[in-house]
Amino acid sequence: MIISIASGKGGTGKTTVAVNLALSLQNVQILDCDVEEPNAHIFLKPKIIGEKKAVIPVPEIDEAKCDYCGKCREVCAYHAIAVVPANDGKKGSVLIFPHLCHGCGACSLLCPKGAIKEIDKEIGIIETGEKENMMFVHGRLNVGEAMSPPVIRQVKKHINLSKTVIIDAPPGTSCPVITAVKGSDFCVLVTEPTPFGLNDLILAVEVLRKIEIPFGVVINRADIGDGNVEDYCEKENIPILMKIPFSKEIAVSYSEGIPVVERDISYQDKFINLYLNICGIKNEADSCRKR
Amino acid sequence: MGKEEVAIKEGDNMKLCITSEGKTLDAKVDPRFGRCQNFIFFDTDIGNFEACENANAQFQGGAGIQSGQLVVSKGVKAVLTGNVGPNAHQVLSAAGVSVFTGVSGTVKEAVENYKNGKYKSADAPNVGSKFGMPNK
Ligand code: SF4
Ligand code: SF4
Repeated sequence: MIISIASGKGGTGKTTVAVNLALSLQNVQILDCDVEEPNAHIFLKPKIIGEKKAVIPVPEIDEAKCDYCGKCREVCAYHAIAVVPANDGKKGSVLIFPHLCHGCGACSLLCPKGAIKEIDKEIGIIETGEKENMMFVHGRLNVGEAMSPPVIRQVKKHINLSKTVIIDAPPGTSCPVITAVKGSDFCVLVTEPTPFGLNDLILAVEVLRKIEIPFGVVINRADIGDGNVEDYCEKENIPILMKIPFSKEIAVSYSEGIPVVERDISYQDKFINLYLNICGIKNEADSCRKR
Repeated sequence: MGKEEVAIKEGDNMKLCITSEGKTLDAKVDPRFGRCQNFIFFDTDIGNFEACENANAQFQGGAGIQSGQLVVSKGVKAVLTGNVGPNAHQVLSAAGVSVFTGVSGTVKEAVENYKNGKYKSADAPNVGSKFGMPNK
């Protein structure tokens, strides 16, 4: 089973939930897909055993073959190419803007002159590791790079379905989040009981409904804030899987980079409970689908 | 095509592009290049202009590149605008288009000042990429 942990905004405690859930279960693989700011490793301190470059294929033009027809520019959905035609005896040029390129391959496929070849451009790194018997994978996007989805996909290639897979998704509701969450059996949305929390939760819920992944909510710092998140969940029929009260213990252990379940074993039951809630809802959803 | 009202020296054949908030010569110069609202293509030879809405302004990324592309495809020789980012500048300079930044006032004034040699060509982008992106 693949469980992703997401959040409409950063700083809600998404990684805290992912890490502590992973540590409370047996036979787990955790994938940190928050590749712009991976931080699960800070808490888990895994032993890194493998390292691989994350690359995307970006086009390179053979100007000897190119006649500056402009086809490549037209087909690039990401506006990453400009073609300056030859003019006044001056030869033309094709300009590629690699930081906008998604490596989709359309330009090289459709160039009528076969003038485009693809070269691998390094945009990040994937590291694999382990902690006791937990498997760990994370990706890190290079500074200055903007294309996190390809790195996220490369992290997800390591998914091992014989384990309970926990994905720490990037915050937000845009393309990288969808890339991370897609294919999950269940998604946990971590939120806070504040107006901002609610606002971002609503956006995240819209996304998950669109991509049809069953989900539930964890309310972090549940006792400081208002009741609007709970009211919203009730109205929308969204299960609340867990409420984590504000606690100094969690805050302190977070700041020290220590997962709270390692500091206070009683938290383990709470996260196991979260897992059981997830399984319950997922089974229900599955049986509905089969009918 | 509108008829222009600015006197042009004869034999001064060239095409200008002015970024503009509106579609007339009285409109204000749009300070953004890649995400300007309209382009005004001004032909100093026949004294006509053409206003063209900037569809690239909606792009998430690559607005400057594709705006540069549009200007290049129109055979423009000089761009008058407020600010140009690095990507657009690269496209424009690859095609040998002169770029004049820091231009303000109305489109008509900009053309007038240009003809009087009041502007200095910018040989480097004067703003970072993503300038002119709407704030979230
Ligand atoms: S499609 Fe091929 S031939 Fe045409 S401009 Fe692009 S690289 Fe050149
Ligand atoms: S590979 Fe795709 S995204 Fe990259 S330049 Fe070519 S068409 Fe554009």
